Amino acid sequence: MTGMIEPMIGRYVHVEIDGDPHRIYFEENGAGVPLVCLHTAGSDGRQWRHLLADEALAKKFRIIAFDMPWHGKSNPPASWTGEEYCLTTARYTQTIRAFCQALALEKPVVMGCSIGGRIVLNLAIEHAREFHALIGLEAADFQAPWYDTSWLHRPDVHGGEVCAALVSGLIAPQSPDASRRETLWCYMQSGPGVFKGDLYFYRVDGDLRGRVEGIDTGACPLYLLTGEYDFSCTPDDTRRTAAAIKGASLTIMEQLGHFPMSENPEQFRRYIAPVLNQILEQSISDKQGEHL
Amino acid sequence: MGAFAGIPALLDQAPALILRGRTLDCECLLGPIDHPFHASIRGGRIIDLTPAPVLMRYWRFSYRASAVAWAEYWKPVPRPGWHDLLALTKREEAVLEGDLHPFMAHLQYFKDVLALPRSHRPTVPS
Repeated sequence: MTGMIEPMIGRYVHVEIDGDPHRIYFEENGAGVPLVCLHTAGSDGRQWRHLLADEALAKKFRIIAFDMPWHGKSNPPASWTGEEYCLTTARYTQTIRAFCQALALEKPVVMGCSIGGRIVLNLAIEHAREFHALIGLEAADFQAPWYDTSWLHRPDVHGGEVCAALVSGLIAPQSPDASRRETLWCYMQSGPGVFKGDLYFYRVDGDLRGRVEGIDTGACPLYLLTGEYDFSCTPDDTRRTAAAIKGASLTIMEQLGHFPMSENPEQFRRYIAPVLNQILEQSISDKQGEHL
Repeated sequence: MGAFAGIPALLDQAPALILRGRTLDCECLLGPIDHPFHASIRGGRIIDLTPAPVLMRYWRFSYRASAVAWAEYWKPVPRPGWHDLLALTKREEAVLEGDLHPFMAHLQYFKDVLALPRSHRPTVPS
């Protein structure tokens, strides 16, 4: 008896980021409006495997998830000489735009979670017209720190164990045990210092307070969805951010935490499917308008 | 607090958790803010739990939370923001002090040990 083969296909694309060649791993499934999914800090594209395999959504969207450089199967670039990894707002923005350009994606939807949610806000601020719609999961212009990131990368504490243990509390108690463990497994496998390096963007370089007010949701619709159990990017952080952006859509998701797509895929689908359908309807309506 | 006094016995019945703490030997101060316990951990087992204060007793780190915080943390399904040790420190319902190395190096162990009363609380009829 042959085994069930999942529909997503993984490949590598060669991308120049700030002039430096990178070999980026991505998985994709489906056809239609491009939907690029961004993983959280210190993890990788495996977080999106349930969405990638979603048969109904794949009929309407070309769902794509890539591993950021230093994450998952995207190695550091050949130019790396061992210096500490450190993600900046500019570098993160360049990476996403370069990836989309390398795949020749025309006005993709971008959906990011956590740091991916924060950078989605920056895309909305600086490059709204390049995107069809933007979705920020667990996203806010800023959130208060709740631990010292130096614990994430030191030789006398196991990095994988401490990274996973820190974020374990961000998962809702209702999430299935197997999904909880799988979500944490990705954190246990992250390279040394990578989670910490991602958080440089999140904690230090990517403070968007005072900038989100300029987002034009008329140029690109913006959807913000946050889990009620996320005490890192709290529902109040997202409410404050949404309140500052005219036209932003806000949803607080029950029984979900900081990793909605991987910690409880079924519960997440209840919230994200209507958003994606709304984006699709808007896309059809826009195209009909073009033909009138 | 009765639930705290029962944690060593609950831990003795959790071999997988003891295994995770097998390299841990530590003196720490745990429990309610005003009435914590001195805990002596050896090889992942709590071999002594004594109400503080004990004259000149040494501890490396302390995790203490309000009585309300422990009650919420031990609910079968804790409410958002009351469901994790560091959620409690963020909302200032708990304090973490001292040399944090043993706590951070065994973070999931401490989260799970201090959650043991959650799954062993008698169900209160509504």
